[in-house]
Amino acid sequence: MSCWDTVQAYAFRSLGYGERLLPRDDFTICQQMTLIGSGLIWNIYFGVLALIAGFFLANALAMAKASANPWLRKPANGFILVFRGSPLFIQFFLAYFLFLNLKQSTGGFAWLTSAWAGALVVLFLNTAAYSAEILYGALRSVPKGEVEAADAYGMAGWTRFRRVVWPTMLRLAWPAYTNEAIFLFHATTLVFFSGFPAFQQKGDALYYASYFADKTFNPFIPYPIVAVYFIILTLALIGVFGLVNKYLNRHLPQEQRRKLRFRPQIIR
Amino acid sequence: MGFYWAFGTVLILLAITAPAALVFGFGGAMAARSKILPLRWFGKSYISIVRGVPDIVFFLFFVIALDQGFEWLRHQYLCPDWDQPIRQGNDFVVCQAAKLPQGNAPQWVHEVYGFFTAVLTFAIVFGAFAANVLYGAMNAVPKAQIETAHAYGMTAAQTFRRVTVPQMWVYALPGLSNLWMVLIKATPLLFLLGVEDIVYWARELGGTKTPRFTDYPHGDWRLWYFLALLVFYLAFTKVSEVVLERVMKRLTHGQATLGGSQ
Repeated sequence: MSCWDTVQAYAFRSLGYGERLLPRDDFTICQQMTLIGSGLIWNIYFGVLALIAGFFLANALAMAKASANPWLRKPANGFILVFRGSPLFIQFFLAYFLFLNLKQSTGGFAWLTSAWAGALVVLFLNTAAYSAEILYGALRSVPKGEVEAADAYGMAGWTRFRRVVWPTMLRLAWPAYTNEAIFLFHATTLVFFSGFPAFQQKGDALYYASYFADKTFNPFIPYPIVAVYFIILTLALIGVFGLVNKYLNRHLPQEQRRKLRFRPQIIR
Repeated sequence: MGFYWAFGTVLILLAITAPAALVFGFGGAMAARSKILPLRWFGKSYISIVRGVPDIVFFLFFVIALDQGFEWLRHQYLCPDWDQPIRQGNDFVVCQAAKLPQGNAPQWVHEVYGFFTAVLTFAIVFGAFAANVLYGAMNAVPKAQIETAHAYGMTAAQTFRRVTVPQMWVYALPGLSNLWMVLIKATPLLFLLGVEDIVYWARELGGTKTPRFTDYPHGDWRLWYFLALLVFYLAFTKVSEVVLERVMKRLTHGQATLGGSQ
C-alpha cells in the first residue's frame, strides 16, 4: 500500500469515511501522519464552533457581571466561578454522566451523550466562562476619557456601548483572548479521554496517537506528530487572530499598535 | 476506603510536584538566561516547546518515554553484552535485570513507581511554565539594583544569589499563584497516567453495582461522585485563592511597587 493509498483510505477515517479497520500491524509513518491528521478535524471542529458560540455568551456574561443589577451579576459570577474553578476534565465527566442520566430518565436527548454534541456543549460553556472573565477585565479598563467623550457627543445607552465601549473593550481584550483561543484548541484533546466514547473509533488526533502508542509501545513517533500538528494549528490561529487584531487597531497610529505575541500562560 | 485515600494521593502529588516544578523552573529560567549559547538554546526551547503543545500530549508521552528511558539506561549499564536490538517490531525489549520495577516486586512498588513517573512528568511540564514565570520575574528586577551590586564589586554569581533571587519572588508570585491554580486543576489528569486517583475511584465506585458482587447494590451513581469531585476542586481553588492573596499582601509589604506602598 503506497502512501497515497493510505491517505485515500484514512484521510476521513475520523468522520467514518474510507477504510473501516484501523491498521493493526506494520505501522508506517505515513499511516500515523494520515490518521492523526484525520483526527485533527475533530479538534478543529470542537475548537471553532465552541469559540464562535462561546464568544457571544462571553459578551453577555461580561455585561451581566459588570451590571449593577444583582439578579444579573450574581448568576454570572457563579457561572464563571464554577467553570473557571474546576478542572475541565471533571466537567467533561460530570456532563457526560449528567447527559446519560437525562437520556435514561427522559428517553430523549440521546444525541447529547455522543461526543460531537455533548463535549461541544461543555467546551462552549467553559470557554464562555474564561472569555467572560477576560472581557470583563477589559471592560473595566476602558479609558474613562473615551466614555466621557461619547457622553459629550450626546451618545448614551446602546449607541454609546456599540460605538465606543464595546470596540475598545474588544481591542483591549484581544491579546488575552487569543491566548484563550489557543488553549481552547489544546483543551479539545481531552474530549475522548473523559467519558465521551469514541464511536466506531472515530476519535480526535490524540485518540489516534495514543492508539498507535499503545500498539507499538513507542511514544517517540505518534506524540511528536501530534505536537507538530498542534504547533501548526497554533501558528495558524495566531495568524488569524493577528489579522483581527490589526483590524481592531486600524485607527491607531502605527507605533501605538501592539503586535500580538504568543504568550501561553494558562492551561486548565 | 480507596476513594478517601485517593484524595490523599492528590494532595501528596501536589505537595511533591509544586517544589519539584519550581526546581525545574528555576533550572530552566537560569538556563534560558545563561551566557553559554547551547545552554540558552536548551532553556528557551524547553520553555517554548512544552508551552506550545497541549499538556495532555506531554502527560501521555512522558510516562511511557520516561519509563523506557530509565529501562534503557539500566539496560546499558547492567547488560553490556546484550546483542539483540531493543526495539523488535512492536516490542520494547530489555534484559530481565533492567526491568523497572522488577517483575517479582510486590504490588506497592509498582504503584509507587507509577506515582513517581507521574510526579516527574508533572514536574517537567509545569517546570516549563514555572521557568517562564521565573524568567520574566528575574528580568523584572530593577536594573539599578543589579548595577549597584556590580558597583559594590560583586561577581555575577554573587549578584544573582544576593540581589536577583531575593527580589524576584514578588514579581513571580502572581504568575506562580496562577500556576498553582492550574496545577490543582491538572491533577485529575493523573487518572490518564494510570495512577488510581479520585477520578478512577469515582468511576469504579459510582458504576452500577448488582447485588451479586457487592453488599451495597446501587444504580449508576457516577454523576453524584463527580459532582462531589467538582465541589472538592471548587473549594480547593477558592481556599488557595484566599491564602495566596494573603501571602501576596505580606510579600509586597514595604516593596517599591504599587501594592507595597499602600
